[in-house]
Amino acid sequence: MPLQVKRLLLAFAVFIGIMLGLKYFLTPDSWREYGPYRGKALIEIADKVPKYVDMETCIMCHDSIGELKIQGLHKSIQCEICHGPGYLHVDEPEINKMKLPAGSEFCIQCHARNAARPDKIIKQVDAAEHSEGENCISCHNPHEPWL
Amino acid sequence: MAIEKKNFSRRDFIKHTSMFAGGVVFVSLMNPMKVVYATKKPEGKGKWYGIAIDIEKCIGCANCARTCKIENDVHKEPFFFRNWVEQYTITNDDEILVSSPNGGIDGFEQPVPEEDIYKTFFVPKMCNHCAKSPCTQVCPVGASFESPEGVALVDQTYCIGCGYCVQACPYGCRYIDPEKGVVDKCTLCYHRLKDGLDPACMMACPTHARIYGDLNDKESEVSLFIKEHNCAVLKQQLNTVPKLYYNALSQEVH
Ligand code: HEC
Ligand code: HEC
Ligand code: HEC
Ligand code: HEC
Repeated sequence: MPLQVKRLLLAFAVFIGIMLGLKYFLTPDSWREYGPYRGKALIEIADKVPKYVDMETCIMCHDSIGELKIQGLHKSIQCEICHGPGYLHVDEPEINKMKLPAGSEFCIQCHARNAARPDKIIKQVDAAEHSEGENCISCHNPHEPWL
Repeated sequence: MAIEKKNFSRRDFIKHTSMFAGGVVFVSLMNPMKVVYATKKPEGKGKWYGIAIDIEKCIGCANCARTCKIENDVHKEPFFFRNWVEQYTITNDDEILVSSPNGGIDGFEQPVPEEDIYKTFFVPKMCNHCAKSPCTQVCPVGASFESPEGVALVDQTYCIGCGYCVQACPYGCRYIDPEKGVVDKCTLCYHRLKDGLDPACMMACPTHARIYGDLNDKESEVSLFIKEHNCAVLKQQLNTVPKLYYNALSQEVH
């Protein structure tokens, strides 16, 4: 074998050795647990605390409102859409108050007239014309609109 | 030491190259070259998440976008979104107008008077959690991957913020978090799924226009929905195999 090839082979061997060493020390433990990524990342992502609890939890304590709402047309709307995330309130309701939405602005998110809104899915009103400056919740109960 | 020269005849050359080429063909026949994807649809019972959105039911209230931002601590400004709502308006002159003020969170205005509208509708958008996601394939450090359940995720401790995946996603569903300097995207609320809760956007929808579930289970709500409705995916021609199905999708939507 010619000398320069031998030298080259030696250089290659050293290079590959270094790379294998680096790979050994730098590859995280859970690499390739499920695929070409760090398996632990799945656990880290799943560790985050949910902020929205579900409607059943609210109804456990607020059963009268729950019953009212189940009968009405707003039954499909989660409490927390209107009142904000409840993960703190659920643990200490006296300290962590929920948001009380003011009404009009908030109702028109869903009920303002817009041609793109399918009529058969939701009833729409011209906010200013319909409410005549009054707050929506002075006539409609937010938990059961026809009460 | 002199280098030994050897003269090859043409016959030798052809013989050697054809032997080499034959060898390559033989080896590839023995072990057919497979395309490498991070994940494959699990065989048997494993979960394989998919999403369906019913455009006919979407009222454009953007509560999905709002709750998503709160649940996942997405920056309010400058405007980054993991999901958002677009309002499409097609006029009688065939002009297509798309608007999404602050992702829909600020509410929508109709830009044209009602008599000039040919058709108009809302399209909620989010990560398609593609089965052959281009975003996970381009990641140079293996930080972008697809979980065994088919959810495209980012390992933020390993992400180097090169932004390659942001460019690779044909649906514009990734962004670089301005504070952490790493990529962020929809996780289908992976942390909520593990606790048995619905993803925030699915929970928030007042008209049940958003459905998610296990595509492997042919009796799940999402599988039945796709079976019963004429569903389409976005940018099918790119062969990303999206797992987000839209009912009543107009061809104008991209
Ligand atoms: C552990 C029982 C409990 C649960 C669970 C609970 N609450 Fe409450 N909630 C209370 C109590 C007690 C109060 C009264 C607190 C006060 O007035 O000091 C209250 C008050 C409220 C108020 C009124 C706040 C105000 O300022 O008047 C709202 C709105 C509310 N809850 C919404 C919710 C929602 C939405 C949920 C579901 C995420 C929920 N609650 C779950 C116990 C609970
Ligand atoms: C459509 C939006 C909406 C939804 C959905 C909703 N609320 Fe309310 N809620 C309101 C508004 C608006 C007020 C403020 C009423 C007022 O100021 O008189 C309110 C007030 C309250 C109050 C305090 C006032 C009272 O009547 O004692 C409680 C408690 C409450 N909501 C609980 C709930 C619970 C529990 C749910 C879910 C079962 C729920 N809400 C769902 C809009 C909503
Ligand atoms: C998250 C979206 C949303 C919000 C916010 C909301 N609504 Fe509704 N509302 C609905 C849906 C969905 C229905 C059910 C429509 C149906 O089934 O026909 C409905 C039904 C109604 C109806 C009955 C319409 C009918 O069919 O007769 C009234 C009245 C109403 N809402 C008033 C209000 C008021 C007042 C507020 C503000 C406190 C409000 N809504 C906030 C989504 C919303
Ligand atoms: C002065 C009392 C009053 C106020 C304030 C009011 N409404 Fe009404 N609303 C009514 C009455 C009465 C009806 C039923 C008669 C009708 O259809 O106009 C009604 C009907 C509705 C309907 C059903 C419309 C339909 O086509 O069946 C919706 C949706 C509605 N209101 C939403 C709202 C919203 C949103 C607001 C706040 C911007 C609001 N209302 C404020 C009294 C009120």
